Amino acid sequence: MNWTAIWVTFKLASLTALMLLIIGIPIAYWLAYSKWRWKFLIESVVALPLVLPPTVLGFYILVAIGPHSPIGQFYTELVGHPLPFSFQGLLLASILYSLPFAVQPFAAAFEQVDRKLIEASWTLGLSKLKTFVKLILPLSTAGLLTGVVLSFAHTLGEFGVVLMVGGNIEGVTRTVSIEIYDEVQALNYTGAAKTAAFLLVVSYAVLLVVYAMNRKVWAAWPQKLR
Amino acid sequence: MAAEIALNIRKTFAGRVPITAALTLPLDPPSVMILFGPSGSGKSTILRCLAGLEQPEEGTISYRGHLWFDTATNVYIPPQARELGYMAQDYALFPNYTVMGNVAYGLDNLSRRNRELRAVEVLRLLQIDHLSQQKPTQLSGGQQQRVALARAIARRPRLLLLDEPLSALDAPMRARLCKELRRLLTQLAIPSVVVTHDWTEALALGDQMAVIDNGRVVQTGAPQDVFSRPETADVARVVGIETVIQGTVRDIQDGLATVQVGAVALTALASPGLDSTVLVCIRAEDVTLELIRSSENSARNHLRGTVRAITLLGALVQVIVDCGFPLTALITRSALKELGFAVGSQVRAAFKAGSVHLIPH
Repeated sequence: MNWTAIWVTFKLASLTALMLLIIGIPIAYWLAYSKWRWKFLIESVVALPLVLPPTVLGFYILVAIGPHSPIGQFYTELVGHPLPFSFQGLLLASILYSLPFAVQPFAAAFEQVDRKLIEASWTLGLSKLKTFVKLILPLSTAGLLTGVVLSFAHTLGEFGVVLMVGGNIEGVTRTVSIEIYDEVQALNYTGAAKTAAFLLVVSYAVLLVVYAMNRKVWAAWPQKLR
Repeated sequence: MAAEIALNIRKTFAGRVPITAALTLPLDPPSVMILFGPSGSGKSTILRCLAGLEQPEEGTISYRGHLWFDTATNVYIPPQARELGYMAQDYALFPNYTVMGNVAYGLDNLSRRNRELRAVEVLRLLQIDHLSQQKPTQLSGGQQQRVALARAIARRPRLLLLDEPLSALDAPMRARLCKELRRLLTQLAIPSVVVTHDWTEALALGDQMAVIDNGRVVQTGAPQDVFSRPETADVARVVGIETVIQGTVRDIQDGLATVQVGAVALTALASPGLDSTVLVCIRAEDVTLELIRSSENSARNHLRGTVRAITLLGALVQVIVDCGFPLTALITRSALKELGFAVGSQVRAAFKAGSVHLIPH
């Protein structure tokens, strides 16, 4: 097994999940509580990665951060190397690609907090921000965990976006899914099988954590086995 | 500066009767204002407008001359700045905090030590300090109610708003906590507005009462006066109880209480925890009338009296009989014709002991 590819993959997935926790919370808060009538426009944009082929998303990101775009030029001047086909570029693409996997569970969790509790907090003198930190966030931990774990797992398995934006650079942007593709291309089925099994086991374990935390797994069981 | 809360608002919800209410509540000395009315009458919405949780389309709310809300000048003070204690109908306790955490929640302007001291003080006042480490889900309904009340008063609010404070409790618990709540409100001396649809609560808790029906304030006054002297047939229908009079419990035997009202002694079912001073409540439709032909002796709860007034209310007739105190009876038009009495007739009024409700006062 290619441990370098596994390391790159886990680094990418962890950082993506962490960044989405930071970026996703304010977006989800706005989506959950805004009364703006055109909110659905933003909601749809956030959900786009769910339906768009990864290659299409990857293509646009590539163009947006490429050397001919203002963003790409600015980044190259600032850091000294271009964004595409770098780990940072890949991270940016992963964040956009997994955005709905974090934001939607976050927003659903915030929306589920009883309105009466929020109102009680306001009448007790706590600002909207303090109410969010002291009441809404603690009551949404299951949703936050779900979002983080899902975006982590989703990033583990991404292929199209990585290929478009990250390319296939050993130790920098070659992830496990690319590795498997390469093995199959080289007719090395034994290697591919090992790596694939590894990814399967890890993904399954991650999802087990999510569902067990949300207790869905217990709810589906017969009463006497609990 | 007027020492009162003045409210004059219009608020509409799609598909509901619009609420157009005008109210004033004097603040000195602190008193308890009851918003009384059937469910859906708009009383909770008025309370939520006072709390700042709803914004009327039009109107003004002021507290001691300070504008809390005014559409003309675009003023809206949010609930955070109104220094309220607000208690929702189902208490809305924070499930992720202990009882202690709930009560200390709004005290974050105090130091950690003072916050704890104040929380313990309030928990003691409500006699729930032994529950301080419990989570709300582990508490009974009555305990939850006290925690919610403790949380609402912990910040020493300048206005206490209680939405159906007792309706989530079962009947015996409600009677007990009602008495306690009255004592607490008197002790705290915080101006309070209490929403209820239960006339026993209104009489037991209120100094002032506004009857709300179909989104309008239809009558205001002392609860006892409003109940005993509804100004219109609509109010009479909403309050549903016409004779409310002060009395003194003389004796309790075999579950029956003998209550002295002026020169007359009445028999009522005794409820637990009666003080000596009570309000005697008799619904007009529970009173039967007949003309007195012979000079027979009065049996229990058979009162001799003189008809003072007869008012037609649709198919019904309201008859006020002076039998030592004014007693209101509601009879049908045909009964009036059959009995053939007029103002000045001598009648006998009768009601069952079970129809006489006693409310500690």
